[in-house]
Amino acid sequence: MAELEDVSMVDEKIEQVEEEEQEYDLDKIKLLPGSSDDGSAASFQIIDEDHTLGNALRYIIMKNPEVEFCGYSIPHPSENKLNIRIQTYGSITAVEALHQGLDNLTELCTVIEDKFSEKIEAGGYKTVETTNNI
Amino acid sequence: MSDNIVGIEYNRVTNTSSTDFPGHSANGDFSWDIEKFKDSFDIQISYITERTANFDLVNIDTSIANAFRRVMIAEVPSVAAEAVYMFMNTSVIQDEVLAHRIGLIPLKVDPDLLNWVDKTLDENERYTEENTVVLSLDVVCTKNSHAPKNSTNPKELYKNAHIYAKDLKFEPQGGQAERFKIKPVAADPDILLAKLRPGQEISLRAHCILGIGSDHAKFSPVATASYRLMPVINITEPIRGDSAKRFQKCFPSGVIGINKNGEAYVKDARKDTVSREVLRHEEFNGKVKLGRKRDHFIFNVESTGAMSPEEIFFKSVRVLKNKAQYLRNCPIGQ
Repeated sequence: MAELEDVSMVDEKIEQVEEEEQEYDLDKIKLLPGSSDDGSAASFQIIDEDHTLGNALRYIIMKNPEVEFCGYSIPHPSENKLNIRIQTYGSITAVEALHQGLDNLTELCTVIEDKFSEKIEAGGYKTVETTNNI
Repeated sequence: MSDNIVGIEYNRVTNTSSTDFPGHSANGDFSWDIEKFKDSFDIQISYITERTANFDLVNIDTSIANAFRRVMIAEVPSVAAEAVYMFMNTSVIQDEVLAHRIGLIPLKVDPDLLNWVDKTLDENERYTEENTVVLSLDVVCTKNSHAPKNSTNPKELYKNAHIYAKDLKFEPQGGQAERFKIKPVAADPDILLAKLRPGQEISLRAHCILGIGSDHAKFSPVATASYRLMPVINITEPIRGDSAKRFQKCFPSGVIGINKNGEAYVKDARKDTVSREVLRHEEFNGKVKLGRKRDHFIFNVESTGAMSPEEIFFKSVRVLKNKAQYLRNCPIGQ
């Protein structure tokens, strides 16, 4: 009986993992040709993203001291594709730099969210429009 | 001028792009540090009303501030009419034009109460009470028998001559009557939809769903979401007497003050529109430098009425955060 339960639990776990994997789009991001053999330089193509994420991500990746170069482009205005190029000095791979950048961006958003709710809760601002500081 | 100030000259701007990256200059460490950012970043709220908000984001890069502006306009979801079913329309305004006008009416519906419509489903199964709000418009124009004599005013002569956004009535489906504590209505009741004459009638149902501004502008939760950079006025040589008065006139009122010695000083640079008028006058040549702080953003957010402006900004931060988190978990294909 105990064995049976164990087996069913394992099955459940596998199912959960499969479900989680299915939630993420497999075509969202892909590696473009032109990466270096050691992985220190690579280009990625992200689907359904634009300057909103592109420029913010470029900025935060460029802030990484291990990154030598980062740039992005929208190859064609009527295609919803975003290309991003990352070259590192070699101590981390381009994929690691991308992941660190995304983590940092998440972190940054959390700080802004917290700061804004803190300011809203603190109050002390006007609730009527004042024309002279538009 | 200091390196985070955009120089504004007579016919050009200088120093426009940020350089706070590691390896850009020998002095200063510009690598990303969340603790440093936490300490330096600041938000100053000027005012928040029901429909508008004005606040400053200080010590943040353009790429991030611009991302929030873009998300507020195009990616924060809101509710608008997507499908209009006409049963009767004998008015002079054509079906498709009327449908378009109804689509653009801002609705006071909390977007969090609706789910997303699954566009992969068959059109007959697509709309449920979980994802659709139904508004109906049933009006017939008739003659008003009690109209004052010799009146030429259509509002007096006829009943229902003018059809407004407030005539759209909520039709609760299933359990929607309890779920929607605040009844979904048009955010602005007095938007004119159509004009009728006696005998003409309109009968239709509008199905309103969630959407985002990048799909159609009707789904944008903001009328405007914009920012400008904080102006900087630097008086490099004293300006006195009549010259100071002329100097004051080059700026909007309240920007420049004159002290008791008759000398011009900068009272409130925030009020400046940076018109550069002062740079056109020979007598102030070399006496003043104009600029803008590159990392000080004065945001102005105007809601269409469905959400409060601060909620829209909150959501924009969350949308950007979700984008980053989602992409972080996506497997990188070949």
